[in-house]
Amino acid sequence: MIYLDNSATTRPDASVLDSFMKVSQDYFANPSSIHQFGGTAEKLLKAAKNQAAEILKVEADELIFTSGGTEGNNLAIKGIALEHQHRGKHIITTEIEHPSVYEACYGLERLGFEVTYLPVDKQGVISLDELRNAIREDTILISVMHVNNEIGSIQPVEEIGEIAKQYPKLFFHVDDVQGLGKVPLKLKDSGIDLCTFSAHKIHGLKGTGMLYINKRTKLFPLFHGGSQEFSNRSGTENLAGNVAMVKALRLIKEKEKNEVNKLYDLQRFLLNELKELDNVWVNTPDGAAPHIINFSVQGIKPEVIIHMLGEQDIYISTKSACSSKLKDESKVLAACGYDTKRTTSALRISLSYDNTEQELKIFITALKKAIKQFKEALE
Amino acid sequence: MEFDHILIRYGEMALKGKNIKVFINQLHHNVHQKVKDFPNVKVKRTQGRMFILLNGTDPEPVMEKCRNIFGIHSLSLAIKVENDIDKIKEAALYALQQGKNIKTFKVSVKRINKEFPFKSQELNHILGGHLLANTEDITVDVHHPDVEVKIEIRQEATYITSGVTLGLGGLPVGTSGKSLLLLSGGIDSPVAGYLAMKRGVAIEAIHFHSPPYTSDRAKQKVLDLTKQLTKFGKSINVHIVPFTKLQQEIFREMPEAYAMTIMRRMMFRIAEAVCEKEEILSLTTGENLGQVASQTMESMHTINEVTNYPVIRPLVTMDKLEVIEISQQIGTYETSILPYEDCCTIFVPKSPKTKPKRHKVNFYESKHDFHATLQETLEGIETIKITEKMKTEDAFTNLL
Repeated sequence: MIYLDNSATTRPDASVLDSFMKVSQDYFANPSSIHQFGGTAEKLLKAAKNQAAEILKVEADELIFTSGGTEGNNLAIKGIALEHQHRGKHIITTEIEHPSVYEACYGLERLGFEVTYLPVDKQGVISLDELRNAIREDTILISVMHVNNEIGSIQPVEEIGEIAKQYPKLFFHVDDVQGLGKVPLKLKDSGIDLCTFSAHKIHGLKGTGMLYINKRTKLFPLFHGGSQEFSNRSGTENLAGNVAMVKALRLIKEKEKNEVNKLYDLQRFLLNELKELDNVWVNTPDGAAPHIINFSVQGIKPEVIIHMLGEQDIYISTKSACSSKLKDESKVLAACGYDTKRTTSALRISLSYDNTEQELKIFITALKKAIKQFKEALE
Repeated sequence: MEFDHILIRYGEMALKGKNIKVFINQLHHNVHQKVKDFPNVKVKRTQGRMFILLNGTDPEPVMEKCRNIFGIHSLSLAIKVENDIDKIKEAALYALQQGKNIKTFKVSVKRINKEFPFKSQELNHILGGHLLANTEDITVDVHHPDVEVKIEIRQEATYITSGVTLGLGGLPVGTSGKSLLLLSGGIDSPVAGYLAMKRGVAIEAIHFHSPPYTSDRAKQKVLDLTKQLTKFGKSINVHIVPFTKLQQEIFREMPEAYAMTIMRRMMFRIAEAVCEKEEILSLTTGENLGQVASQTMESMHTINEVTNYPVIRPLVTMDKLEVIEISQQIGTYETSILPYEDCCTIFVPKSPKTKPKRHKVNFYESKHDFHATLQETLEGIETIKITEKMKTEDAFTNLL
């Protein structure tokens, strides 16, 4: 199998699974139980959080465990909106966010909030000037993704953080689900108040994630209950999943530090190969994250290529958005200003540190063959 | 080009007279201890200041470590270049460009090396002009600049800094002797420890543990709090006192209303004994006037009778809110408010004396011989050394 859909999800690391099993078996106590066994579980939870905090260079009490990216984004956005609505009801986000961000925003619009969706340029990047102009007296939240999940464009979150710092009344949320472990992001003193992470994109397990909530930030919780996670997210902690996530975090951060150039090399290899092909447009902009390569094959429905490759055990993906008017159009590519020919024929390859150039060579050969077969069938 | 030095400016200790050497030596030692994990980093002293040589190390984490060292007034990232006007220009521009959101700047030149061919005034002009010409939307403001680009031309080289990070001030830990901190696990005592450390005091801690009335988690909480304090100093020894038997005896033998006062007197006696053994010259507590019923002037008077060691009470005149604010700043608050029973809350009498009298307490204490239990308690003290880098328990390491 050649698995090139790592932005959808990744293969769990064997040692991460091992931790999950061990913790599930040996430390199944509820960390809130007051007996010694519960105490041990709580200690492990704390140790996991401390390690995560050390890796992310934040304080341990600024991290909470969640069920993943969707929850993190919802908790950040709705949590800020509900808690601080008396200050204002205006939110700024972008046109290329993940559905868990824009659907949350649509939901808030129904409750009387106003949302500005910033456009992006051809490179898939927002303009800082437009952001500055969008900020109003009643703006309470800016939510911008770090790395785009479809095309890999990187938003200038560092600069946005500096802008946000000048408005002490608003909060700045970053969705870093795609960037974690591939594109470094500084949290401390960055102006970022909230940051979403997911485990299963970094070889952890589904159903686990983290949200960074800096000390000055107060949220209205989505889940009320037993006051776990500093009352930001009640519910018995998923200790095994959380420990597994922190292990995955440690491993991916080691790779980011030592092997990120390998990802850039693989990306460069693929881009060069794709640029050689007729009727193929590369949609991933220069300076993108190293693991995402988006391209369109003119005149071929992307699903067809996916299935042709799938028959050979090669897995890539298409990103057909659900909220766009045209059923098969990529909302992100449309926002970048591409025409429908291109927005309806996009394919995405997403790499992990485990992929090899050999695999990519096989993929390119298979892709060429698939395109050729398709053309021949039409003739 | 990159920042290759961190410049350290001394705090209050710069005002010290002849014994300033003692303070500088201690600070040098403390800084060295904090940064020794960075293999390429070196600490150097020159006339009137201290430098950290980064030798290629990322400055951010090094700065972070140094920010918590008492005795430092402020820190700046610096670049060292040859005494060459083009190199200086280039470095000044780099230094200015590293700042965020800068609209105005000012150049100030100190020309200690009088051999340098340009005069300070000329240099201000040349460098200011160079910075203006090579940046956009940035202007000069000599009165209230966002950033001051400082150029110091010395004999051996020129140092360029821009931007200042404030340190914590205070005096280097270790220059004011050692004190034993009575650490309960609440909000106050860690703050008291922090403030004592700020005045250069090295601390050890003592905690009274009453299993099974207090849990291992309450003890762990105290160790966690201690660990949080180590980042402002060095490793801290925590003396865990097995207090159950003595506490039970007090509450069994003494009148209920006086039990709390007598318990605290016992704590002071035990703490003094530890001091004597460890050659520590004072006690530090988180006591505060009027905060709770037991912290009255009368109570303090009666409890203090049992020791003639100095008792440092950094919080004595503070409002609770001020204490909470500091505990949040130093990162102990979240741990402090974890809801585990500690030995002070467990045997609370229904109506404790808020105005205990010395003569009455002495009378009651004379009616029972605590000597044997006290001795046994002292012998059972367990000492745990807490270091800043202390890792998770070994049992967990392969899981994480």
